[in-house]
Amino acid sequence: MKRIAGILLASFGLASALLAANALTITGAGASFPYPMYSKWFDEYHKKDTNIEINYQSIGSGGGIKQVTEGTVDFGASDGPMNDDQLKAFQDKHGFAILHFPTVLGAVVPTYNIPGVTTDLNFTPEALSGIFLGKITKWNDPAIAGANKGVNLPGNDIVVVHRSDGSGTTYIWTDYLSKISDEWKSKVGKGASVNWPVGLGGKGNEGVAGLVKQTANGFGYVELIYAIQNKMPYGTVKNSSGAFIKADLAGVTAAAAGAAKSMPDDFRVSITDAPGKAAYPISSFTWLLIPAKFSDGPKRDAIKGFVKWMLADGQNYAEALSYAKLPKEVVAKEVKALDGIQ
Amino acid sequence: MSTSSTTLPSADPLVGSRSFLSRLREGDEIVRLITFLFAASVVLITLLLVFELWQGSVLARHKFGFAFFATRVWDPNAGEFGALPFIFGTLVTSIVALLIAVPLGIGAAIFLAELAPARVSDTLEFFIDLLAAVPSVIYGLLGFLFVVPLMRDYIQPRLKDSLGFLPFFKGPAYGIGFLTAGLVLAIMVIPYIISVSREVLLSVPRDQREAALALGSTRWESTWKVVVPFARAGIMGSIFLALARALGETMAVTMVIGNTPAISASLFSPGYSIAAVIANEFSEATGDLYPQALIELGLVLFLLTFILNGLARIMILATSQRGSGMGNA
Amino acid sequence: MNPRLRWRKFVSNFMLTMTGLCAIVAVSVLFFILGYLVYYGGTSINWNFFTKLPAPVGETGGGMANAIVGSAKLLALATLFGVPIGFLGAIYLAEFSGSKVAFVVRYAADLLNGAPSIVIGIFAFSIAVHPFKQFSTLAGGFALGIMMIPITLRSTEEFLLAVPRTLREGAMALGASKWKTIATVIVPAAYRGILTAILLAFARVAGETAPLLFTALGNRYWSRGWTEPTASLPVMIYNYGLSPYEDWHRQAWAAGLVLLALILVINIVARAILSRGISVPR
Repeated sequence: MKRIAGILLASFGLASALLAANALTITGAGASFPYPMYSKWFDEYHKKDTNIEINYQSIGSGGGIKQVTEGTVDFGASDGPMNDDQLKAFQDKHGFAILHFPTVLGAVVPTYNIPGVTTDLNFTPEALSGIFLGKITKWNDPAIAGANKGVNLPGNDIVVVHRSDGSGTTYIWTDYLSKISDEWKSKVGKGASVNWPVGLGGKGNEGVAGLVKQTANGFGYVELIYAIQNKMPYGTVKNSSGAFIKADLAGVTAAAAGAAKSMPDDFRVSITDAPGKAAYPISSFTWLLIPAKFSDGPKRDAIKGFVKWMLADGQNYAEALSYAKLPKEVVAKEVKALDGIQ
Repeated sequence: MSTSSTTLPSADPLVGSRSFLSRLREGDEIVRLITFLFAASVVLITLLLVFELWQGSVLARHKFGFAFFATRVWDPNAGEFGALPFIFGTLVTSIVALLIAVPLGIGAAIFLAELAPARVSDTLEFFIDLLAAVPSVIYGLLGFLFVVPLMRDYIQPRLKDSLGFLPFFKGPAYGIGFLTAGLVLAIMVIPYIISVSREVLLSVPRDQREAALALGSTRWESTWKVVVPFARAGIMGSIFLALARALGETMAVTMVIGNTPAISASLFSPGYSIAAVIANEFSEATGDLYPQALIELGLVLFLLTFILNGLARIMILATSQRGSGMGNA
Repeated sequence: MNPRLRWRKFVSNFMLTMTGLCAIVAVSVLFFILGYLVYYGGTSINWNFFTKLPAPVGETGGGMANAIVGSAKLLALATLFGVPIGFLGAIYLAEFSGSKVAFVVRYAADLLNGAPSIVIGIFAFSIAVHPFKQFSTLAGGFALGIMMIPITLRSTEEFLLAVPRTLREGAMALGASKWKTIATVIVPAAYRGILTAILLAFARVAGETAPLLFTALGNRYWSRGWTEPTASLPVMIYNYGLSPYEDWHRQAWAAGLVLLALILVINIVARAILSRGISVPR
């Protein structure tokens, strides 16, 4: 019996070691915002080069930043760019910098589950901040009804849903709310994890979508593709020019137009509440967080190879999943920045 | 070769009666050493665990002191960490769980110990032990996909209609929240109450029951007024055990409690528990203070369950000693 | 029969019926859970589930093949780590130690047993993940192994001590050394109980999720070797269950059924072994 077990174990170990010989596994973790895009990309890239497996875990942008700083994953991903303190923490810990690489553009949409309401609701900035501050509690509140004449809104209580984990999607949402509401800015502020005045917490974009879908009168914020894939209604948002825009590729691309020209070298930029008549106000880049130095040569080359592919062929997969492609200027800048990874 | 002359292995007078060398040659000393090392490693691992919890929370402990337990605010952005919402949520859900599980559990235990014929009792106990083996995540899955809609659409509105004047049942019915988490926990801890209470009740000496019956009491009276009080300490012990289990539950709770650090009198409100917040936020706690605050929460939880488990054991022991006539009955 | 007596008899019958109801409620929960899982999980179990890797988010047709293998690897590691410590430690406690040492070791084991699984997860992270900068199957196996130790230790010790003194004395009268007695007489005599203990410990950790969250993390592909993160059934159930995708819900039910079936079967087998009695195999 013992001998059999021993043989099994040895052969298991041998087989694992042999399998490991050729393949290269890269581990990344972070944002759930682009998870549908990344899982598609890594799948396609693996088909292209079966030796490279990029294992991406959607644990939230906060998790991505932490784990890449700790060094437990090879790269991170976040929709909220790392702030100066976090950049410094990485630099202090590792002795070299961490670089941001935008991958796609996405939109955060207000999604809801109101019994009897199937149309797209229009949301003003005041309505959005009021609901999330807990000041607007019912669907038929004038702040909401005013922009939705003709829609029969029930008097039910709004069930606010937000993220329970550290989230770049939260960062984008609160970044927007801070820009359009002074009260939000002073009371709550922007960040990947904030002190929410009201609401239930869901884990990941998946969790928020799951909760809203399950809960009557639920109202939450998710990345566009999560609402689409789950056939959940999502509303329009009034942008800085006064137009109610429903999130789509055109709206997100318009929001990024300004940033494309003036993109800073470290690629950290916010495009929420962007100017422009057609701009969707809650849009954002999302970034891969890649250390500037790799001690493992094959890994570094594999990652650089992936990013190159992502910036070229990869972009063609974006629109099918309702993410907008990167502006050409940004792509060109990134290709140059790739040389910074050593 | 000298023959061994002992009968009690654990007292091990064997050691003295043969020379060290002969013991070594016969392999006993080596085996003793090896097994000692393994036994010691258990102690080592436990010490290491406590050490890691203690050391890993040093920053947070020094910064917040005891105010940690009284602060309501949990704001990672601002660096403010207060344990109160989590302690509150952990306690509330556990209390709700016990309120549901204890009457049901003791009732079932009484049935199994006093009423049911031995085979029925053993069979039912077998099934109840299986209930204890169901993993937490499956309770969570059922909780999220079955219990939450049930609560939200049927039970909570009815509670609101009938008992809505009480502060416990106010507020919108999300389905998710303290009440649902408490209910799911109740199902999870019932087996512990039943199996320990049943054993404890079975260990009550027959003469106690028979004396009561001989004096003219009904079955129920002899059970409730004589047997159960006799086993009181053990039953309390089972409750403590159940409480310890409920406090530490992670997956089932985080899937149905709402993950919001809220303190509210209403059981319909979403909340958070210590275990749930650690599970959700540990992988992403950046900086130095944030993870340490979470580890401090872990330390608190560990201490709580440790104390409860210890108390439980003492009480269960007290009853069985009483039963065998060693205590002062 | 006076009214008072009639009342007392009524109360007695009523209350005892109520307790019967309590017992039925408690047992029905188990059958309800089983039935629910069999219904929802049974309809979702298909060939894909056992053979395919997870599909990209939002696409159907994926499976949990890597999670099944991942769980198997994790449990194998846990057993390799936890059982020897528990087993050999119990031998020390039952056969060699003095009462003071025994007390300390038992106390430590109880502490470990009572520790909430999330706390074990934190511990395993700081010992097995953080220093190595790597989420790994090894770390996950370590965390689960720690949880197996106390159960194995206490139960094995109990069954070893229950072996009748006559057996030991007989062996020694025949001139066997201590360790030979243990290896050839005592342990085989207690093997049923020890096996049961190991099986129960195994079933206990098979369903654990929390310790794996910070140790094995997760993997969308096959986890090669032992130092890579790995998918596991409980974590997949957790992630898929909370998601909004119908396909993922179905897979979560299927995984739940597989996991629960495994755990229940092990439990039933373990108890069956034990119920045949702790006897000398003759």
